[in-house]
Amino acid sequence: MLSFVARRIATGVALVLIVTAITFAMVFASGSNIAANILGENATADQIAAKQSELGLDRALPIQYFDWLTSALGGDLGSSYFTGEQVWGALATRVPVTVSLVVFAMLLIVIVSVAAGVLAARRGGKVDSAVQMVSVVGFALPSYWIALVLVLLIAIPMPRVFPPTGYVPLSESVWGWLGTATLPALALAIGGIGAVSQQIRGSMLDVLRLDYIRTLRSRGISPRSIFYRHALRNAAGPALTVLSLQLIGMLGGVIIIERVFALPGIGVLASSAALRGDIPVVMGTVAFTVLVVVFVNLLVDILQGVLNPKVRIDV
Amino acid sequence: MSDNPAVLPPTSAEPSAPKPGVMRDLARRPVAVGSAVVLLVVVLVAIFAPLMAPFDPDGTQLRLTNSLPSAEYLLGGDRSGRDILSRLLYSARATVMAAVIATTVAVVLGVVTGLLAGYYGRAADWIGSWIANVLIAVPGIIVLITLYATVGSNQRVAMVALGILLAPNFFRLVRALTMSVRKEYYVDAARVSGLSDLRIVSRHVLYSVRGPIVVQAAFAAGVAISLQAGLEFLGLGDAGAPSWGGMLLEAFTNIYRAPLQLVWPGIALAVVVSALVMLGNSIRDTLEGSKTRVPSAERHSKLSVNISKSTGDEPVMTLEGLVVEYRTVTGWKRVVHDASLSVSKGEVLGLIGESGSGKSQTAFAILDLLPAGARIAGGTLDLRLRSEPRSQDRASVLGRSVAYIAQEPRSNLDPSFTVGQQLVEGIRASSDRSRADAKTYALELLDRVGIVDPRKTFDAYPHEISGGMAQRVLIAGAIAPEPELLIADEPTTALDVTVQAEILELLRQLQEERGMAIVLVTHNFGVVADLCDRVAVMDAGVIVEEGVTQTVFDAPQHPKTRALLDAILDADVVRQMDNQTGATL
Repeated sequence: MLSFVARRIATGVALVLIVTAITFAMVFASGSNIAANILGENATADQIAAKQSELGLDRALPIQYFDWLTSALGGDLGSSYFTGEQVWGALATRVPVTVSLVVFAMLLIVIVSVAAGVLAARRGGKVDSAVQMVSVVGFALPSYWIALVLVLLIAIPMPRVFPPTGYVPLSESVWGWLGTATLPALALAIGGIGAVSQQIRGSMLDVLRLDYIRTLRSRGISPRSIFYRHALRNAAGPALTVLSLQLIGMLGGVIIIERVFALPGIGVLASSAALRGDIPVVMGTVAFTVLVVVFVNLLVDILQGVLNPKVRIDV
Repeated sequence: MSDNPAVLPPTSAEPSAPKPGVMRDLARRPVAVGSAVVLLVVVLVAIFAPLMAPFDPDGTQLRLTNSLPSAEYLLGGDRSGRDILSRLLYSARATVMAAVIATTVAVVLGVVTGLLAGYYGRAADWIGSWIANVLIAVPGIIVLITLYATVGSNQRVAMVALGILLAPNFFRLVRALTMSVRKEYYVDAARVSGLSDLRIVSRHVLYSVRGPIVVQAAFAAGVAISLQAGLEFLGLGDAGAPSWGGMLLEAFTNIYRAPLQLVWPGIALAVVVSALVMLGNSIRDTLEGSKTRVPSAERHSKLSVNISKSTGDEPVMTLEGLVVEYRTVTGWKRVVHDASLSVSKGEVLGLIGESGSGKSQTAFAILDLLPAGARIAGGTLDLRLRSEPRSQDRASVLGRSVAYIAQEPRSNLDPSFTVGQQLVEGIRASSDRSRADAKTYALELLDRVGIVDPRKTFDAYPHEISGGMAQRVLIAGAIAPEPELLIADEPTTALDVTVQAEILELLRQLQEERGMAIVLVTHNFGVVADLCDRVAVMDAGVIVEEGVTQTVFDAPQHPKTRALLDAILDADVVRQMDNQTGATL
């Protein structure tokens, strides 16, 4: 178990290093534009060159990356080229917004997918076909498309309950937060609901055909326990993997969703920084995102072990 | 659609030999045909947009600004006074281009690297898998935004990058498929016959993996279109060329004045992306043989069940005229025609036949454990039990008065729960014992069925115990409610020969000790000789012979009985039978 965790952490560290390096290289490629962007349209070539060397953008790429990495490991993510805001500070105010949205969306996915997947597997026939159809369409539609539909059909007619833009922190008002977070979370969740409920349905059907289900039935165990305790438990492994992939995907989807609802989250921060070439901010958000990915993967591996005793022994 | 380009919906990693009828099967699916037509129309629109568009997509007219649909301008004008229909048609170009570039890059890159990794393994595999894992963790949208910022709004470069991000899907799929094809004998045969690696890969491997690749390509194209439009929606598009994402952005900033403008590009985008996903799903279902159609959990059982309290010496179970049918493509197929059986108290009845003779189906019908897709088309079942029945429903006797032992011991234990948890759940379902009492009882039972260290086995998971032990555990679970009738479906077939004898001995002891009736389903006359008082021979869904074991052995009447005897009787069994029958009869 210990060597397993150590191996996963080593892989995670390598992953963080490589992904941040790739991103760094890509942002760096626009080095000259960055200085010009900061100074505005009237800057002379000399001024731009001076600014570049002031920011250290004229140095070799590996040196710049190494610099960033050592200060990041020392806890300093630098500050924005454009606003001067500390990257730590920017992350601290924005991470809660995004995390609360993603957690809300994940809860929606888990609850709705389990209910729909089990229902489809249990009832079969027309109920199954209906669930299948809805989940395929839900899966196909882009999350921002669903967000636009929700704005058009719900937020604009009911701006008091669901404000089309803006954010109320959970710490300020639960109802206010629900009003501003429900539609974005729903938009984020629908694709995941499609994918996860299909997976649960499929694995449930596979499990229900297995021999031990028949033996359990022969022991007089209630259908309720057979579906929810035994079949769902054995179907949960593959569904968990799909769920984790959805969560990782959501970190991308949230960028556009936050734009639509004008939410001050990490996605808006990342996209506007990437557009301007604000390297410290981009790197801060990317590092955060990759850390989340590594953490989620580790968590899923541990949960798989909890779900499946065979995996537990092997690790 | 998944917002993570590196994660498309899973496609089976089994090489499904593409059947020649795939296209014909697809043509029979209305969803597949409809989706294909939609996609064809979009491609045609993209090619012929200049001919089809009624106006210049970039031409502005002041009076058209935010105008509603009219006879001349069918979808009205946008906020800059441009004809929405013309822009919508021209936008198909950006969409098709995005899908084609990204999907082509992803397929070529992913398939080539996947073939190399899967075929050569080792270093190639390790490096490829590592790169794929990195790409999955890359925050795709941020990278793409950065790229736009770097190279300007060059759609083509961005779509090539997206193609690279999509490639791991194809890599993993092709790698897994290639590895399994690689193991097939025909690849070895090709190798031995001197074909070059390249020929083998292109001819044999690529041929069997093309189906799943097409499926993934449809999903990849859907993701490419979603993401491209999403980036345009973020304002990263090429301002010069119209696109659905760009139209969505303009309409969104104008949402209070002219909400209708959001609808047209929205519908176009949704229809195209849905068509791709549905087409992919249809092809996948056709290739894999869909498990989409599940018969609803209906019960049209025509078996009339009568459960009553025994008054004298009548049989504990009497089955008359049982008919079992299975749903097939062409209708209901009969697998049991007219089976009648009866078992007296404390009697062991052998139900013997070849596989497919209907003996297991008969057992499942008695137990009400037939799988979905099967039904009982007729028959009567009488159960006469020690105590007054609580209801006429078989659920009330299953796991109480009637118990079941399965053929394959390992697969009949739930792998996610310990042996103890499963025993305790069954005991508590059939009695009102407390959890602690149930545990004590379970440990006693494990001891009784001959498990050396009951406490250790109680805490073990099924994969930690041997097959013989698993069968003892299942027997413990079955006898826990002290059943009057035990139905054992080939209880020793899956076990080692030495263990078989032990398990049969255990069943004999338990039967004598508890006086329960047993229906022993088997294909082995040796087992019948060992244990059974009477035997019923089943063939092709019909009971062809029934009688006292010794009589049937001495003078088999039906040719099938003789065939079964001839097939199994060797010198050892005869000797064994003589010893045993001598002892018990």
